Amino acid sequence: MIGEITLCFSSLFGSGSSIVSLNWVDSLVIAIYFVFVLGIGYYLMRFTKTGEDFFLAGRQMTAWIAGLSFVAANLGSLELMGWAASAYQYGILAAHWYWIGAIPAMVFLGLIMMPFYYISKTHSVPGYLKLRFGESASMLSAVSFGLMTVFMSGINMYAMAIVMKVVLGWDINFSIWVSSLTVMIYVVLGGLLSAIFNEVLQFMLIWLGALLIPIIGMIESGGWSGMVAKIHHNYPLGNYTHLWSTLGSFKDNPMGIHWTGIVFGLGFIISFGYWTTDFLVVQRVLAAKDLRSAKMAPIIGAGFKMMVPLIVILPGLLGLAVIPGLVGETQAVATGAHSYNEILPLMLARYCTPGLLGLGITALIAGFMSGMAGNVSAFATVWTYDIYRPILKKLKRADVDDAHYVKIGRWTTILGVIISIGTAYLVQQFASIMDYVQALFSFFIAPLFGTVILGMLWKRATSKGGFWGLFAGIVSSVGMWLWVKVDPAALRIIALSPYAKDMAQDMYRALWSWIICVSVTVIVSLMTTPKPDSQLFGLVRGCTELPSEGDLALIKRPVFWAVIILIVFAALNIIFW
Amino acid sequence: MTKQNRLSIWFFIGSLLTVYGIVIFGMSVYNLFYPDTGSHVILSNLHAGIWWGALLLVIGLVYVFLFRPGRVKH
Repeated sequence: MIGEITLCFSSLFGSGSSIVSLNWVDSLVIAIYFVFVLGIGYYLMRFTKTGEDFFLAGRQMTAWIAGLSFVAANLGSLELMGWAASAYQYGILAAHWYWIGAIPAMVFLGLIMMPFYYISKTHSVPGYLKLRFGESASMLSAVSFGLMTVFMSGINMYAMAIVMKVVLGWDINFSIWVSSLTVMIYVVLGGLLSAIFNEVLQFMLIWLGALLIPIIGMIESGGWSGMVAKIHHNYPLGNYTHLWSTLGSFKDNPMGIHWTGIVFGLGFIISFGYWTTDFLVVQRVLAAKDLRSAKMAPIIGAGFKMMVPLIVILPGLLGLAVIPGLVGETQAVATGAHSYNEILPLMLARYCTPGLLGLGITALIAGFMSGMAGNVSAFATVWTYDIYRPILKKLKRADVDDAHYVKIGRWTTILGVIISIGTAYLVQQFASIMDYVQALFSFFIAPLFGTVILGMLWKRATSKGGFWGLFAGIVSSVGMWLWVKVDPAALRIIALSPYAKDMAQDMYRALWSWIICVSVTVIVSLMTTPKPDSQLFGLVRGCTELPSEGDLALIKRPVFWAVIILIVFAALNIIFW
Repeated sequence: MTKQNRLSIWFFIGSLLTVYGIVIFGMSVYNLFYPDTGSHVILSNLHAGIWWGALLLVIGLVYVFLFRPGRVKH
C-alpha cells in the first residue's frame, strides 16, 4: 500500500529525462520530510501568541539552536549546488567564500556587534538604525531589504525549480507551488519559532544527506593525496588545490582575482556586510534567550560554517578527480553533455543506493526551504515593524495592540510568498530580471555595513550622517554597476586591473561603495550635531556598559571559543595554502 | 501552552532520524538479498545504505531517548 501511494507521489513529480531517477523508497523519504515540517508548524502554532513569539521566537532559543539556525538560513540548496559547481570550475578557491568570506565576520558579529543588537532590544537591523539614526535611515534600509528579500526568494525558487526539473525531471509548477506553500503554511502557523525549528531539522538533514558523498568519494579516490594526484592527471595545466598561492596576480587563477580583492573585498566588506547586517541571518541570533547565548550563537555557527566545505567544496574537487570533462552550461546545452553545475546530483547518483538517494534529494529540498523560510520570516518582521507600524502610528497617532501586529505578520508572510511566486514566474518570462535583482541586492550590503558599524563604534556619528552616508554608498554602488554595463572597459578601473573578471568587480565595487559610505557619514557627521551620550546608551560602544563575563568559567566565555575558531580558521588556510 | 510544555526540537530530529534509519536500513538489507542488477552505483559493495541507515537509527533513538517528553525541557 505504502509502495502504491509513493509510486503515485513519484508519478506526480513527473518523469522524463533526468540525471537521477527515484525509487519508491526515495519518494517515501521525501514525503516523510514534508509531513514532519508541516507537523512541526502545526504543533508550534499553539506556542505563538504574542508579537515576540511570532517575530522573535519568544527570545527563548539556546545558543546551539540559534547558531544552527543562523547557518541553516544561509545554507540554501542553490548555495550547495552552486558552490559545488564553483569548486569543480575554480577548485579549492571556492572555499574562500566559506572561510575568509564568513568566519572573521561571524566572530566579529558575536563578540563586537551582538551586544548592541541584543541590549537595544531591537527586533530587526532597520529597527537598530531607527534607534541609532532615526526614521529616514531605517525606512531606506527597511524598504530596500524587504523588497529585495522577497524578490531574491522568488529568484531562488525559480532556480530551484529549474534544478529539480533538470535533476529529477519534476514539473516546474509543481516544485514552485509545493515547496513554497509548505514553507508558507509552517511559517504562518508558527512564525520565527517554526522557521527556526525547521531550519535546525533541515540543517541536520543537509549534513546527513550530503556527507556520504565525500566519504565514499574519498574511498574511491584513495584519500586526499589520491584525489590530488587524479586531479593533476586529469588537468595537468590547472592548479585546483591551493587556496592562496595562485592569488598573486589576476591572470594566474581561473577566477581572475587578486588576493587584495579576496581579503578586503570579500573577507572584509562583503562578508562583514552580509553576516553582520543582513537581517535574514541576524534575526536568528536575536531570538537567543540571553546575551551570552546571542554572542555564542554566531561563534557556534562559525564552527559549522567552517566545516561546510566538506559537503560542498570537497564533492566538487572529487568530481574533478572521478568525473573529469564536465563543461560549462552553454557548452552543455549545445552538446548535450553534462554541465559542472550538475556535479552534486551527479555525485549523489554515483554513490547513493535507493533510500540514500532520497535522503540526498531531501537535503537539497531542505536547503531550499530553510533559505526561503528565512526570507519570508525576515520580510514579515521588517514589513510589519519597520514599515507598516511607523506609517500606522503616524496615521492613527497611537500604537495598536500586539495581536494586531501578529495578524499583520501572518498576512505579510502569505503576501511575501505570493510575491515570491510571482517573481519566480516573472523570471521565467524575462530571465534577465534575475541578474538585475541579484545586482540590486548587492548594492545595499556594503553601504549598510558602513552605516551600522559607524553607528555602533563611533558615538559622534549623527542621524544625518547615517542617512546620507547610506544613501551615497547605495548610489555610488549603482553608479559603478551602470558604468560597467555601459562601458565594460570600466571594469579595469574599478577592479584595478585589465585582467579582472566579473567576480573581481563585485569585490571592488563593494569596497569602494563602503569607503564612500563611511567617508560621507564621517564628513556629514562632523558638520552636524550629535546626539547626547544619554540617548546612545545600549546603542554605541563607549556609551554602554556591557555585562562582565568575569564570573564565567573560561570554557563558557564566548571569547574563548572565538579564539579557538580563529586558530582553526588560520590553520586551515595554512594547510591548504 | 508554555515553553515548559513544549517538545524539544531535538526530539523531533530524533524521531525523523529514527524513521529514516528504519526505512533506509530496511531497504538496504532488502537490496542485500535482492540486489538491483541494473544499478550503476559505484562501490555498492560497501553497502553504505546499511551502515548509514543503522547510524541514523542509532542517532535517532539516542535523541528520542534523551529528549523524550517529560524528561528534558527544550
